[in-house]
Order: sequence, then structure tokens, then C-alpha cells
Amino acid sequence: MSDKTPVLSIEGLHVGIDGNPILHGIDLKIKPGEIHAIMGRNGSGKTTAASTIMGHPDYEVESGSIELNGADLLELEAWERARKGVFLSFQYPQSVPGLQVGHFLRKSVAAICGDEAAKGAPFRNALKSAMEEVSIPRSFLSRYVNDGFSGGEKKRFEILQLMLLKPKLAILDETDSGLDIDGIRVVSRGINAAIRGSDSGALIITHYSRILEHVKPDYVHVLIKGKIVKSGGPELALELEERGYEWLESGTTEDD
Amino acid sequence: MAMEEAREAVGDYKEGWHDPEHSTIRFDSGLSEEVVRKISKIKNEPEWMTEVRVKAYHHFVNRPMPGFGDREALEGIDFDKVCYYLRSSDATEKDWGDVPEDIRNTFDRLGIPEAEQKWLSGVTAQYESEAVYHSIREDLESQGVIFLDMDSGLREHPELVKKYFCSVVPYQDNKFSALNTAVWSGGSFIYVPKGVSVEMPVQAYFRINAKNMGQFERTLIVADEGSSIHYVEGCTAPTYSTDSLHSAVVELIAHEGAHIRYSTIQNWSANVYNLVTKRGIAHKDATIEWIDGNIGSKLTMKYPAVILKGEGSHAEVISVAYAGKGQHQDAGAKIHHLASNTTSKILSKSISKDGGRGSYRGMVTVSPKAENCKLNVVCDALILDDGSQTDTYPTMEVANPSARCEHEASVSKVSDDQVFYLMSRGHSEEEALAMIVNGFFEPFTRELPMEYAVELNKLMALEMEGSIG
Repeated sequence: MSDKTPVLSIEGLHVGIDGNPILHGIDLKIKPGEIHAIMGRNGSGKTTAASTIMGHPDYEVESGSIELNGADLLELEAWERARKGVFLSFQYPQSVPGLQVGHFLRKSVAAICGDEAAKGAPFRNALKSAMEEVSIPRSFLSRYVNDGFSGGEKKRFEILQLMLLKPKLAILDETDSGLDIDGIRVVSRGINAAIRGSDSGALIITHYSRILEHVKPDYVHVLIKGKIVKSGGPELALELEERGYEWLESGTTEDD
Repeated sequence: MAMEEAREAVGDYKEGWHDPEHSTIRFDSGLSEEVVRKISKIKNEPEWMTEVRVKAYHHFVNRPMPGFGDREALEGIDFDKVCYYLRSSDATEKDWGDVPEDIRNTFDRLGIPEAEQKWLSGVTAQYESEAVYHSIREDLESQGVIFLDMDSGLREHPELVKKYFCSVVPYQDNKFSALNTAVWSGGSFIYVPKGVSVEMPVQAYFRINAKNMGQFERTLIVADEGSSIHYVEGCTAPTYSTDSLHSAVVELIAHEGAHIRYSTIQNWSANVYNLVTKRGIAHKDATIEWIDGNIGSKLTMKYPAVILKGEGSHAEVISVAYAGKGQHQDAGAKIHHLASNTTSKILSKSISKDGGRGSYRGMVTVSPKAENCKLNVVCDALILDDGSQTDTYPTMEVANPSARCEHEASVSKVSDDQVFYLMSRGHSEEEALAMIVNGFFEPFTRELPMEYAVELNKLMALEMEGSIG
């Protein structure tokens, strides 16, 4: 065992919702500094995987394990997982009318990184540079969380939170959906700034390879019908772009 | 009354409490013309006031209960058991140390200063703030502002009180305004002379020094031409009352170009019927604003009203209500556009939780002669769980076609996804709910003086505690 403990270690994960099985035995290891991508069509179980790691109560883990830096996550509630260092960038971030962005960011940094990190100049400086990185203007701070945000603003706001909360594991669920090329470039810049050169790991969930041109993954996994059917390097993303998912789907039928 | 009983009456209302040894003199129980005359006599009132009281008493007796609101709950009021006059002659010193520890903790957690905590808990003492109050008061006096409790106001300025008393809320208005007029005691009397602006919200005094906040208080505020005042009553801290009926009347008169803002936060314990009549009259180019927060009580029926009598006058009513277990908040607003170019805005927000019920009841009228009026009504309800309830009774009677009316209503439920989103940012479920609730109330809270806003947010966070099952 020369390698470091993985940031994320998933073994034999079976997950269902309302009694319907969705994930059928997922295994995944992400080591410090690695970026992994999970690709698959809509309905393949990508968002289920992301929500389960974060601890959404609707998803029932039937068997298997999820560990963060060697510690079990399954017994923890979502907010406890967040405080241990799990972050999820949502595909559909929820709005909270009346809750000001600036106040929310400060509270969240205090909850996850500690009170000191949310105080005074260090917080203000971190906030300022992160906002510049993802092209968010100052006026944003007095708006209400995701309330009336455009699709692109929501995604940039998710990445702003990623940069401030400095998680050990960042899960990015369809962060590229609804973004134009410039938007993808901006959020990619934020993701690279948060993950590259750190001990953190990232899991990018997407069904297009576009974002992966800007955030180069170390590994790509293909999820079909709740199973990882193929894993490879970044070249796998390009192959999927060219050939689609069908050639892999037939593989699953053979396996079944 | 034993502490346990008090707790039981307070119910789920964890901040509610009272000092079991507090012993104001129970002057009489039940109501009769004799009692009314006796109250007036003890206070040494002029004859006209005695006569108004007596007339109001008879009107009260003959007037049926309101046909709206929570009729079942209203029928539960036993008027014979209500004590109609409490003399605070024995404002004896109580020991702060006698106050139960959990209650003291609540005050601490709300961030209420110690002096105020003591006052709120019925402990009388000489406070450092007394000196502060006197300097504020001297400052106001030098500008000619009259600032007294209502009884002193009647004694010292009988002509002013006679001119305005019952001029906005006649005793015949409703059963409870009749009751209040018959037995009123305490409350505030304020007169702001022409052109005087009272810069500071006048709450510091009342939060600490109002000794007689009775259950039938009567408040009268007159702002003369071009003057302005912001009055703040109540407190985010819980008010426990063994007497289950609170029925106040507030009358505001804003003369030409004057501006009155009246902010209230009331947090009654769950045994209290809070049936209050609040109404203001706005003359030419005057503005009246009601900022009204209702938390707690068993049943609140309160519809702050403004009569826009003068051309170009403006009314605003911003209210929030929080209905928890066993509580019904029937709140709203009434605005009457009697003159041209008058404008009004109503924003009403209610939260229901643990089976509580929040109702919006509003009425806006535009008279046939009133040209070019603008009115805007927004009512939003937030329901926190399945057993809770909200309903809306909006009425608009617009008799002049030039009026521009806007009305929006929304009902929302806190969604699991919303809570999960906030939890994924490191906030517990309770904290997440408090964030959502405080966000919902934000358009109200931002109108409050800072310390009240902070306290209200903390109070809502306390209300969310232990609510996760």
C-alpha cells in the first residue's frame, strides 16, 4: 500500500428510491488531486450517485459503503458530510427568497471551515478573489440565494461556493448543462482553481464531453443503467463524443 | 398559580413564562356599569370620559361577536372571568434570581440586555437606562413633543385627548373597541408639534419603562402638520399573561404632510386572545405605515387600517404572522381610499407550523370620488408541514374606474430539496428551516430597527428548534 488513502472510496454500492433499485453495485476510488468524470445518458443513475454521496434522505442505500478519507459517511446526515468536506454542485440549485447571498456565504463558510475563516479580512479577500475568478459582480452579494438567477448565474454561484468552502471532495452534477461556451470556460476556471494542486478530489458528472476539454479528468467512467460499464483515461470521453453510448449499451445486455 | 400550570398554559411556547409570585391587585372580575364607573373614578377622570366609557360599555354588551375570524375560539372567551382593572400599586422588587434559569437563558439567547430582561420579567428596579430615558425625554420635551402614558395624557392634556379620543376608532366600531373604550387603562399618548421630526424610533423608553402595559391599553398618536415619528411597541421576547384577553385600541392621526410609522412585534403566550383595533387617518400628503408582527397568542384578530382622507396621502401595511401549535393568526389590513391620488401598499406574510393556522383578511376600498388611486396587495403564505393551514380572504371594492389595482397571492411549502440544498452547505435541518423562515420574513424584518430584526431572527431560529421529528 504505497498509495495515499483515497479521498472517496465507494464499494459495492446499491441504491434505490421508493423501493426501485437504481444503482447496481458501484465501485469507485478517487485519490487526492484526482479528477474523475462519470458520463452517461439521462436516467443512467448519475444524479442518484451524486445525491447519495451527499446524503439525500430520499435515496436508500441497500448495501455497499461510501468512505471519505477512510471514514464512513453513510451514518452521517448531509450537513455533517458537508462539514467533513463533501460538496455537491447541484444540477438544479434551490432558491431561498429573502436569504442574502453574502450572508449565506458567510454562514456556510463558518459552518464548514470554522468561525475564524468567516471573519474579517481573510474572508473578504477570499470572497473577492473567488468572485473575480468566476466573474460574479459585487452586486450579487445583496441578491437572494438563487432567486431569479439565470441558469448561468446559478452555476457560477455553485462554483463560487465550491471555491470558498474548499471541500475534500467536490461533486459537480451537470455543472455544464445550460451553459454556453463562455460559461463553461468560467466555471472550469473555478473548478481548476479549487482542485488542481490541492489534496482534494473531484467527481464531474456530465453527459457531454465539452466541460472535460477545460477540466481534464484523470479517469472517465461510463455509467449505464446503474452500473459502471467502462473506465478509462480522458480519451474515453472523446470516444464517447464520437460513437455515443450505444456500443457500450449492447455490452451491458450481454453482461446481463 | 403553580409554575407547572403556567407552563401548561404557555404550552409549546418555550419562551413564555411568568413569575408565579407576581401579585398585582385584582380589582374586580366581571364587568358591569358599576365597575366601569369605578375605574373612571379611581383614575379621577373628567366626566366626559366617564360618560364615554359607560356608553361604550352598553354598546359592548349589546354588540354581537364578530361574524368572521375564528368564531369558535371567540365563543370560548368568558368575559365574566376577565379581570378588567389591575392596579400596579405593588410594583415591588422581585429578585432576578427567582426567574427560572431556562427563561433567563432564553433572554440571553435573544441577546436582550439584562436591564431589559428584568423589566420584561416583571422585576422592577432602578436601571441605568432610566438616565438614558430621561435624556431622550428631555430632548423630546424641548421640541415640544408630548410623550406620556395615556392616563397622564388625559390628566395633563385633557383638551387634546378629548379632541382626538375615539375620533378614528369610535367605540361603536366593533365589540372589542367598545370593550376597550369602556375599561381602557395605560397605553401611550403622543403629540408631535408642527414640523418636528422625532429622529429616533421611540422604543427605548417603552421597552424598558412602560410600567403599566395593561391588557386594555389605549394609544393615541397625533402628528401635526409636517411632523414625523416612528413609534415601536412590544418586544420579541415572550409576554406571559394570566389574563387571557388582550384588547387594545390604537388611533393615529397624521395631519397634512405628516409621517407616522408604527411598528409592533407582539409575542404572546399561547393562552392569549389578542383582539386589537388599530387605525390611522391620513390627511393631505400624509403617510401612515403599520409594521406589524404577530407571533404567539391563541387567536389574534388584527387588521391595521388606514383611512386615506386627504389627497395625495399614502398608506403602507407590512405584516407578518407566525402561527404555531394551537394558534390562529387572523391578520391583515384595511385601507380606504377616500381622496384622489392616494396610494397604498399591503404586504402580508404568514407562516404556519405544527398545525397552526394563518389567515390573511384584507379589505381595500376606493370611493367613487377618489380619482387616480394606486393600490398594491401582496400576500404570501409559507406552510412548514402537512397539518398546518393557511387561507386568504382578500376584498377589493373599487368604485372609481381610474384606480390601478394590483393583487398577488402565493402559498408555498418548504420543500425537501430546499432544505437539502442548505444542509449540503453545512447547516443542520433546524438551521436550514430557520434560514428559509427568516428569508421569508425578510421584507418585514428589514423595516425594523436593527436590534429588533436581530432578535426576531433569533426568535425564529429558537422556534425551529426541536421541530424536526
